[in-house]
Amino acid sequence: MLLPLLFFAAAGSGADDASLEAGVFSPPRAAPDFSLRGSDDTELKLSRYRGKLVILEFGFTACPDVCPTTLAALAQARKQLGAEGDELQVVYITVDPERDDAERLRSYLAAFDPTFIGGTGTAEQLAGVRRDYGIAATRTTLGTSYAFSHSSYTYLIDREGMLRALMPYGHAPDDYVHDVRILLKQ
Amino acid sequence: MAGCALGVTAWAALIPIRSASRDEIFEIPKGTWARRMAGDRIEILPAEIRLTLGVRDVLVLRNRDEVPQIFGPTLMMPGQGLRLPFTVASSYQFACTAHASGQMTILVEPFPATPWARLRWRVRELLKPLGLRRGGAST
Repeated sequence: MLLPLLFFAAAGSGADDASLEAGVFSPPRAAPDFSLRGSDDTELKLSRYRGKLVILEFGFTACPDVCPTTLAALAQARKQLGAEGDELQVVYITVDPERDDAERLRSYLAAFDPTFIGGTGTAEQLAGVRRDYGIAATRTTLGTSYAFSHSSYTYLIDREGMLRALMPYGHAPDDYVHDVRILLKQ
Repeated sequence: MAGCALGVTAWAALIPIRSASRDEIFEIPKGTWARRMAGDRIEILPAEIRLTLGVRDVLVLRNRDEVPQIFGPTLMMPGQGLRLPFTVASSYQFACTAHASGQMTILVEPFPATPWARLRWRVRELLKPLGLRRGGAST
């Protein structure tokens, strides 16, 4: 019920984003807020970063390929952005609350960029966030362990908290830099 | 007759491909949710979408229905669209709950620069209407 209301409230804020490398939502909608446990041991709310550009990714720390590739690209992009990188916040929400507690998220993300923040919570909390963002995550058994098949793209959320774009997996750091600069100027 | 067929084949192979629009459009029509609730098995997106760089390399998804829907890779609000450009030829896998397999593949092919590639592209475009209809639902 809330989602359509947020959407219509946001419908007038769309701009011409045709030059973005990412997929562009038209019109953009308000990015659903959430309340999770942050890897910094505080409450993690999306609204905390209003005024910054947020790149939101979903994954799990034992992910063998998609997550490390994307996080490395984002870390490189943030370096390339220089001082503008301070206006970018990467938020990484786990789909694996069983293994990814705040401490594990913190040490994992610090290997890429210490400013990246992780979010975890109960399975129900995280499922709710995934539902709000249309994220798929399916647990698969791997011998005595398990993994997840999950949505591999990232969301770009502007300073006003509007969900503006979707960057498919595999884009180079330059593409992130390109789009972040455009969105920061708006 | 044979000369005519040869001429058409030569044209299809030699004339460069131009496209008025690079958008490949898929829409969820209004009333889809209601039809699904009534028991219709409606497929909007094929499990595999083929795009061609420089010709049709922008995937456009639009939700014309009255409720939010998972469409392709993401959740889309009523009236919302997603314009997703591709610049690298590759096979892209998206998790997609709209499909029984839970997966959607977008196959982005290189620009058809050779006569054989142009011919193949044109034949496939010609045969496309026989497959899933674009821009609407099929049951």
